[in-house]
Amino acid sequence: MKKFLFSILCVLTGLLVGAIILKLSGISPLEAYKIMWMGAFSKPSYWAYIIIRSTPLILTGLSVAFAFQTGLFNIGTEGQFIIGSLSAAYFGYILHFNPWIQIPLVLGLSIFFSSLYGGLAGFMKARFGVHEVISTIMLNWIALYFSNYIVMIEGFHKPNTETSEYINPSTSITFLENWKGSDSGISWLSQHPTLNEFMKPSVNAGILLALISVLLIWILLKKTTFGFKLKAVGLSPEAARYAGINVNKKMSQSMMIAGGLSGLAGATQVMGVSKNIAILATHEGYGFDGIAVSLIGSNVPMGSMIAGFFLGTLKYAGQKIQSALEAPSEVIGIMIGAIIFFIAVPLLFERPINQLMKILEKK
Amino acid sequence: MKELLFLISTTLMYSTPLIFTALGGVLSEKSGIINIGLEGMMTLGAFSASLVALKTGNPWLGLLAGGLGGLFLSIIHAIASIKYKGNQVVSGMAMNFLGSGLAIFLSRLFFDGTSMTPPLDLDKKIPVYLGQYATVYLAILLTGFIWFIFSKTVLGLRLISVGEHPKSADAAGLNVSLYKTIGVLSSGFLAGIGGASLSIAIVSNFRPTLISGQGFIAIAALIFGKWRPVQTAFACLFFGFSQALVIFIGGKEEIHISSQLLSILPYALTLILLVGFMGKTTSPSALGE
Repeated sequence: MKKFLFSILCVLTGLLVGAIILKLSGISPLEAYKIMWMGAFSKPSYWAYIIIRSTPLILTGLSVAFAFQTGLFNIGTEGQFIIGSLSAAYFGYILHFNPWIQIPLVLGLSIFFSSLYGGLAGFMKARFGVHEVISTIMLNWIALYFSNYIVMIEGFHKPNTETSEYINPSTSITFLENWKGSDSGISWLSQHPTLNEFMKPSVNAGILLALISVLLIWILLKKTTFGFKLKAVGLSPEAARYAGINVNKKMSQSMMIAGGLSGLAGATQVMGVSKNIAILATHEGYGFDGIAVSLIGSNVPMGSMIAGFFLGTLKYAGQKIQSALEAPSEVIGIMIGAIIFFIAVPLLFERPINQLMKILEKK
Repeated sequence: MKELLFLISTTLMYSTPLIFTALGGVLSEKSGIINIGLEGMMTLGAFSASLVALKTGNPWLGLLAGGLGGLFLSIIHAIASIKYKGNQVVSGMAMNFLGSGLAIFLSRLFFDGTSMTPPLDLDKKIPVYLGQYATVYLAILLTGFIWFIFSKTVLGLRLISVGEHPKSADAAGLNVSLYKTIGVLSSGFLAGIGGASLSIAIVSNFRPTLISGQGFIAIAALIFGKWRPVQTAFACLFFGFSQALVIFIGGKEEIHISSQLLSILPYALTLILLVGFMGKTTSPSALGE
């Protein structure tokens, strides 16, 4: 409860900082926040876009949060995400099964390779004492260039483009993709305007996978011995070792699961939204955003879910002030930075939180 | 011979931003404060440098402004980590968001909604002496200077002692917070200069993808250099060299290696070196506390 209040307080203060910055730049904060609110919730298609935006954020946030529980800082989300989306794009293109086999198979392969990739950092930490922050930074770049290399391979590369070939339609996890474009679909949807609006963007099963992952990770951490051991390692490696837990193994396993979650995020992006991958000039920021989500959600699974939706909404709605007010949408980045800053200094909010808690307890 | 010179000069050029930033990182971490926000400080520095260089026409004022841009963020980081004893890694991440957010936000305000600043004229960029930007020489001088501070001066000794054992330093009558603040603020200033050495020397404008991870590479370099100034600078040269190599081989038609695969080289090599040859790294003992 206290953690939740703290996060809320940090978020509100962050929004206030955003308002001050806007005001200082001569833009009306009230107007901007109104446009963002309308731009997020006033139409069913906006809800759909927010869900699509939030899906990878929930998963990468969950990945970072999970590693934090074992005392590891997973900056490698970005690279694991790339390996996941690369695997999904590649196997989704070369394999031709019916959807019932194809989708689980491609998802499984993406999770498998990205968890190996994440596990590599855990292994190097456990076996050679290489700090996971530096190894994952290196692995992020290796993943980026490796993916770029594979995209350009003949047969996979779409000629005269900077992108790969599209995945097989049987790999798609977009809801009712064919039906939406069919005659019966179009006529049915035109009679149901709300659903019609909602289905316009590529709403996909990714969000279900993300929510299931949140639940599974929550169960893993709360209800299983394995999760208990992982948390013990996170709280005190020395004590865990003394209690007979194989700390090194737990670190590798934790990073494998974290890697798999990030990879799943990448796979859902490809299978549900983009359907192919492109040459990347630089990292797209899923890793950074995942760290932000995890921190705002106080590094627990449920928190990642709520914070993932929050950040997804903020990022989607933030674009709207650019066109409507010519207000730089980067104010969102500043707000996120401010929120994380306040999260870094709990002392700042100690007193207000304690007072709030007292009031709540009296009730 | 000509090709060798090309390699050397490109190496020096690309190492410079890393050297400034990584040495800044050394100063901060030696004093016991983790600064994972170097990336954001470089970004804001790169922007403020190009803004001031454009408006005043003076690259040196631009360079200074770059330092001040980084300094601004490091003040916030110092308040969080030293005054309020906050989580340094989390605060550092906040600086990364703030740095790139502020830089692009301000760019859009100053330059009609574009995230890129207009290009500087050649004569308003950092001048070139003997085929190298002046910042290259500055970086080399700085390496010697920081080495001198840590191995020959009282200030250096005090910085190290507050990072190794703050309680003893305090008992010995040192103002621990003051020295930690010096460490963090100089890291921000230098990271800002590092960013500036990109935006007003190597290229001629600021753009959102300009820094793209170099702040993190600088952190890798300082761990690679075991928190020692000269070794850290060499680690930066190594990263600069591999970038130069990619450009060099990419320009040769007779060599058929994918430039993408080649770009993996420095990162893979770093990992291999870390695993195989480094032994245990020894960070300042009270780092992050």
